[in-house]
Amino acid sequence: MEHIVIIGNGISGVTAARHIRKLSDKKITIISAESDYFFSRTALMYIYMGHMTFEHTQPYENWFWEKNKINLKKGFVETIDTDAKTLHFAKGSTLEYDKLIIATGSKPNKFGWPGQDLEGVMGMYSKQDLENLETHAPNNKTCKRAVIVGGGLIGIELAEMLNSRNIPVTFLVRENSFWNGVLPDGESEMINRHIKNHHIDLRLNTNLKEIISDGNGKSKAVIIEETGEEIACDVVGLTAGVTPNIDFIKNSKIETNRGVKVNRYLETNIPDVYAIGDCAEQNEGINGRRPIEAVWYTGRMMGETLAQTICGNKIQYKPGHWFNSAKFLDIEYQTYGWVHSSKSKPDYEQHFHWKHDDDTKCITVSYHKESNLFLGINTFGIRMRHETFDRWLTEKRDVDYALNHLIEANFDPEFYKSFESAIQKAFQNQLQTI
Amino acid sequence: MSNKLNQSMSLAKPEANNLSTKQKISVLLGVTGLFILALAVFNTDFPNKSLFLSLSLGLIAIGTILFTNDLYLNKLEGIKNDGIWFKSISSRGILGWITGIVLTGFYIVLYFYPQYLGQASNGETNTGLISLFDPLSYLLSGRPASQWFVYGTLYTLAILIFGYKFMLKYRHNRYEQLRTASVMFFQLGFAFLIPEFMARLNESPDYNLPYYDLKSIWPLNYYLFDGWSINGFLSSGNLGLSLLIFGVLSIFVVSPILTYKYGKRWYCSWVCGCGGLAETAGDSFRQLSSKKLSAWKLERWLIHTVLVFSVIMTTAMIYTYLGKDPSKFWLTRSAFLIGVGIILTLVFSITMIYKRHELGKDALYGAIGYFAVIATLIIMHYTGTTDKIFFIKSSALRSVYGLYIGSLFSGVIGTGFYPILGNRVWCRFGCPMAAILGFQQRMFSKFRITTNGGQCISCGNCSTYCEMGIDVRAYAQKGENIVRSSCVGCGICSAVCPRGVLKLENDSLKGRINSNEILLGNDVDLMDFVNQK
Repeated sequence: MEHIVIIGNGISGVTAARHIRKLSDKKITIISAESDYFFSRTALMYIYMGHMTFEHTQPYENWFWEKNKINLKKGFVETIDTDAKTLHFAKGSTLEYDKLIIATGSKPNKFGWPGQDLEGVMGMYSKQDLENLETHAPNNKTCKRAVIVGGGLIGIELAEMLNSRNIPVTFLVRENSFWNGVLPDGESEMINRHIKNHHIDLRLNTNLKEIISDGNGKSKAVIIEETGEEIACDVVGLTAGVTPNIDFIKNSKIETNRGVKVNRYLETNIPDVYAIGDCAEQNEGINGRRPIEAVWYTGRMMGETLAQTICGNKIQYKPGHWFNSAKFLDIEYQTYGWVHSSKSKPDYEQHFHWKHDDDTKCITVSYHKESNLFLGINTFGIRMRHETFDRWLTEKRDVDYALNHLIEANFDPEFYKSFESAIQKAFQNQLQTI
Repeated sequence: MSNKLNQSMSLAKPEANNLSTKQKISVLLGVTGLFILALAVFNTDFPNKSLFLSLSLGLIAIGTILFTNDLYLNKLEGIKNDGIWFKSISSRGILGWITGIVLTGFYIVLYFYPQYLGQASNGETNTGLISLFDPLSYLLSGRPASQWFVYGTLYTLAILIFGYKFMLKYRHNRYEQLRTASVMFFQLGFAFLIPEFMARLNESPDYNLPYYDLKSIWPLNYYLFDGWSINGFLSSGNLGLSLLIFGVLSIFVVSPILTYKYGKRWYCSWVCGCGGLAETAGDSFRQLSSKKLSAWKLERWLIHTVLVFSVIMTTAMIYTYLGKDPSKFWLTRSAFLIGVGIILTLVFSITMIYKRHELGKDALYGAIGYFAVIATLIIMHYTGTTDKIFFIKSSALRSVYGLYIGSLFSGVIGTGFYPILGNRVWCRFGCPMAAILGFQQRMFSKFRITTNGGQCISCGNCSTYCEMGIDVRAYAQKGENIVRSSCVGCGICSAVCPRGVLKLENDSLKGRINSNEILLGNDVDLMDFVNQK
């Protein structure tokens, strides 16, 4: 029986395993050094916030794996011998495979800041990071202030986590507005204000210079690059993005760049070795996507696609229309299609922006300047239907159609106030003034 | 790693530490109100009962309201679940257990030893706690209070004050607010005041109404067809007859139509008093329901067993009732049994004809259940005498149901165990009404919870906060709609979802139960390939 070995029990690896099991009787082993069972990484924040326990973040009960004959092995793979098709573990044991799937995910970026390896300095990615945070920031007596470095999705989640335990937070953001490398300006600025409304000390245009030790190997303060200001803090969160977690592969024959290089079939340069999820790097981005996509949804898609290939239906990874979502403190965010920030916007992309007076809801619709083709939508504080936008994008609807039919896409709970007519009116007014 | 992070062995921690001054004052006020009730239990004879009763209930209400205001109004609108699993009361900590034991004890005394609360017997005057409520009872119905009046008052107060808390907690969510306003209204009006006014009517010799909660529908209201109840209706003129007809119509017409259009939520989380208490006072415990597959299996066996029991018990009661004076009614006992058989057969065959393919293995269990009930009806026919069926007294059957289901299950376990098993234990495992509505909801209803394409991140908030123990995530992460008989449509899964994945909807029956092989947004060719298969 063919033995499929998967390194990593995150969403990519587990999705691949589940679908291989659905399609075949192959022997499957999932290896993880992080946790015994699959859990939802995106839910780690809710454990610290007391919304859930760790068990709640596990999508499958523990008996699920044995029942579906998916072997789980806890261990850390140190080297991969692709010639002998053998994995060598840190503790000395080995495991042979017929096909290998690398799904090791990411690790937090560290940019060589002095003091970045001190105690009390941490990323917020893994279960171990969470445990580390629990040790260093259990409450606002042990942790009188935390500094977060890096204004992205994980940064704002970490800020929300610390806020839930009343720990004062200083949030250093390199850009002149929160996440404005991705979000259009109006949205990014609204989130700036929302962060401040939560009493988080948001510092824009601010870089970290160094982290200072207390003399016993623990962080006690940070120094700001621009002003030289020293901010006393017990915890430093490094959340300036993530990188593929592939150090152990570097000395194997598998080709790597920033991530594990794969083709459209998610195959590496070595036969029978595949890579999926955050750690996989395409030669070039697909349909405007980035070569490395560290997103829950893409990991899941790659897992499903690769399961087909492994089970005999060789198929290219061909993701559908881009979509994503996040939550910024109390404001939910969804995106469908492409809406670029002012930094990355192509010339032909035109935006229509509408914001509610309460400063917690807004949308940005992007469309083609000449053809009026609907390109995508960002929505904040208003839930919208994935299926509807996916269809409109496939049908190549124009922006007028999208705005006139916006109500069909509404996904807010019943009895919620609807803003579609206000949005349409604003759109028409804008057209008249242009 | 210990999965219970930040677990503290201290009794007070972390809550007492984190209470603000205003919250501490509010606790003081509320506890003073409770203390007056406690004094009354120990037979303190208050000089002015009206004053002390008002003071007690008023302090409890004001304490809760002030506490809630300080808890929520200083924060931005949004989900307020911070620290739920760190607090002793809401994570089966020591405060949770103490609360559970006190509540359970209260229910046992209430149901079985009301004399300890001061319930008078043989026309004596009430003492203790019950006598404290006499002034209010005289005001409303003109009668002295009883243990049920005390219970009803406290129950209503709990729904009102915790309903207020719930509305503040979800002040960004109009669905939750309207739903809560609705349960508060039905509890105060229908469950509490109207029965008292019916008692007023009964002062006139023309009326002999069995005063009850009008919105409480059989089989939840299992005593609706008891002999004394039917006698009461039939001897209360047109009003009595209308109420009886309304009771029967509620079961066979009103509730199926509403459930078809809106799902069982129209009743369970918008109207019902049991649901009302669970959604308000019980809200802090919703995360404690078990989501295990084994719990779901137990649930299905238990709730349907209770349903079968209640159907047989009620049939037996009416059967016996009809036998007492055959000349009085147009309906004969055999005609009645045949009628019950026909209705059950209709329900069974329609389900089997139209929904067999959806039921799978459950069709077999359904069939076994159906034939068991029909067999019982036949045995009933052949063993029935004027006061006996299956050679036992039908009233004995009724007493057993009343004791084990009506009192122990719905009261002692259902509410007493809130802090241990979650706030919908009765609704989930026991309520025969929920079983009937759930059956309708699963088979013939427009209601479903829609999932939003591929947006689920499997975080588990929806499942954690589902009070009915539905593993919502299991559906959401597959992009499947949630169509479950137990769903009461409280809407919390949708509220707590951080990615806007869930929406409660009424839409057409077609495509209501979908099962996508592949999630939206995925590989386009793959979607085509898998869907062709």
